[in-house]
Amino acid sequence: MNLRRRGMSRVGYWILVAVLALGGIAMIFPIFWLFSVSFRPASEINTVPPNLLPVHWTLNNFTVVFQRAPMLSYLWNSFVFATISTIFIVLTSSTAGYIFAKFKFPGNNAIFMLVLATAIVPFEIYMVPLFLQMNALHLVNNPIGLFLPFLVLSYGIFFMRQNTMTSVPDEILDAARIDGMSETGVMIRMVPRLLAPAVSALAILAFIQAWTAFIWPLLILNDPKYFPMELGLSQFANTGSSNFGVTSAAAVIALLPSIIAFLLLRRRIVEGITITGLQG
Amino acid sequence: MHPLAAVRGVPRRTWLRWRFAYLVLLPTLILFTYLRVFPTAWAFVMSFFEWGLVKPAERFVGFDNYTTLLSDKNFTTALLNTTIFAFATTIFSVILAIALAAVLARVVRGRTGGLLELLYFAPVLVPMVPVTLGWREIFNYNHGVLNAFLGIFGITRVPWLSDPNMALVAVIILSVWKQVGYNMIILIVGMRAIPRVYEEAAAVDGASAWQRFRHVTMPLLAPVTLFVIVITTIASYNVFTQVYVLASDVQGAPGRLVPVIVYDLFQNGFRFFKMGYASAEAVYLFLIILVLTLIQFRFLRGSRA
Repeated sequence: MNLRRRGMSRVGYWILVAVLALGGIAMIFPIFWLFSVSFRPASEINTVPPNLLPVHWTLNNFTVVFQRAPMLSYLWNSFVFATISTIFIVLTSSTAGYIFAKFKFPGNNAIFMLVLATAIVPFEIYMVPLFLQMNALHLVNNPIGLFLPFLVLSYGIFFMRQNTMTSVPDEILDAARIDGMSETGVMIRMVPRLLAPAVSALAILAFIQAWTAFIWPLLILNDPKYFPMELGLSQFANTGSSNFGVTSAAAVIALLPSIIAFLLLRRRIVEGITITGLQG
Repeated sequence: MHPLAAVRGVPRRTWLRWRFAYLVLLPTLILFTYLRVFPTAWAFVMSFFEWGLVKPAERFVGFDNYTTLLSDKNFTTALLNTTIFAFATTIFSVILAIALAAVLARVVRGRTGGLLELLYFAPVLVPMVPVTLGWREIFNYNHGVLNAFLGIFGITRVPWLSDPNMALVAVIILSVWKQVGYNMIILIVGMRAIPRVYEEAAAVDGASAWQRFRHVTMPLLAPVTLFVIVITTIASYNVFTQVYVLASDVQGAPGRLVPVIVYDLFQNGFRFFKMGYASAEAVYLFLIILVLTLIQFRFLRGSRA
């Protein structure tokens, strides 16, 4: 049965599509606008009303950005930060999630409840004491101080426990054990294959989380040479000396990796976000 | 047999399994305890103290930090701003998302639907700072696109980024734009999970498209809708980045035009080094989030029963 034909005429359907398309264009307009402004000469920035596209295209803004701010270094810092964070979160979450899901031992429930309880506490609540801890370890303005809080994710442990319970059957594990495989062997050689979709969803969540981190880098870092992309860009934009063309060019550079990643991995990213979102 | 196991009368095989479980958990639990449990517990402890960066635990003050906060103009303003922001962002982004999801999950599908879904979802994945800079240009008083666009309809220029009230509206617009795609995609998944038979049965009984949506789809979608409402509200109470980048005051101090809770917490903790005071503020924020989370748990349990 076709609900569409039943409820709506052909004309009505296409009017609806047109309205949605207009809205959709409005949605990507701010991103388009950054690109458009980034290619304008200074003389075209203050035109009223603004032109949709530059009249005289120029790459000058990009040249200025590269002279004034180490954007590539910011992006590289973000990449290293996000990669390390993702590896650790995936390892700690999947091993802990597997143990919580498949092993009965004294304290299992109590420890897991503690993990679950901290999962609802947002970072902003405990960032002051966390800063003092890092300060005590002399890790302020140090990349390790930046990385540490992003090595575990309470929600990740919860998420992997759920997924282990639903997609790792006991029969397969027991069969491997009967064949003489050690517990370590079972965990390292049997489980990862079964958890692959969940791991990829978690990895995407973890990577985006670190890639877009802002308040913790702002707190813990002073030296621009350690700045990740979001912080570096905001500091550059707040110095005030640059016009909108230059700021836009910096923003475009900061956006490009995300846009490329999204175009290449679109389906997987959307899937990852829905899976991790819906099981929260 | 291991001596400890012998004492407890636990079979060796079980003991070995326990040991394996503990060993695998150990590194994660050490990190977890140090990086999550400690600081969270300390936030509560510190909230009862006068606590500086160089002078920790200076003086026990009981609930003084909590009572002082309630008459602190900075805190009450921030609390009010954040609450208005959270409610407005949640209401608009959820209503828009429901409308979009209803159309994209049921009416406009296939390639057209997929492309539209992508357009609406795009803002979710772009990092906050660069797009906020884009919006900062759009909201510009003199040569921003938005004022030029409103000018077509004869609307006078709006001081989006210099008037505190309009700046709050600007931050809400930006945040709804960023959030709506996420809510939409979760709702679409929720709608697709509802078996079509319910709506088909209602259609056979002569229900109109709107009636089917209102009386069949929406009630079945209630748990997902509630989930989306609660997580949007929680995320909105923690708002910081977009305000920091968008709402600078006349002197260019980032975020001061529209102070929000996290901004005020940040100021108290790291500008004035009143860390006990900031922790009490964090506990207030936590209580708000706890209430929202409990509402969600209660409803989810209710809907399953």
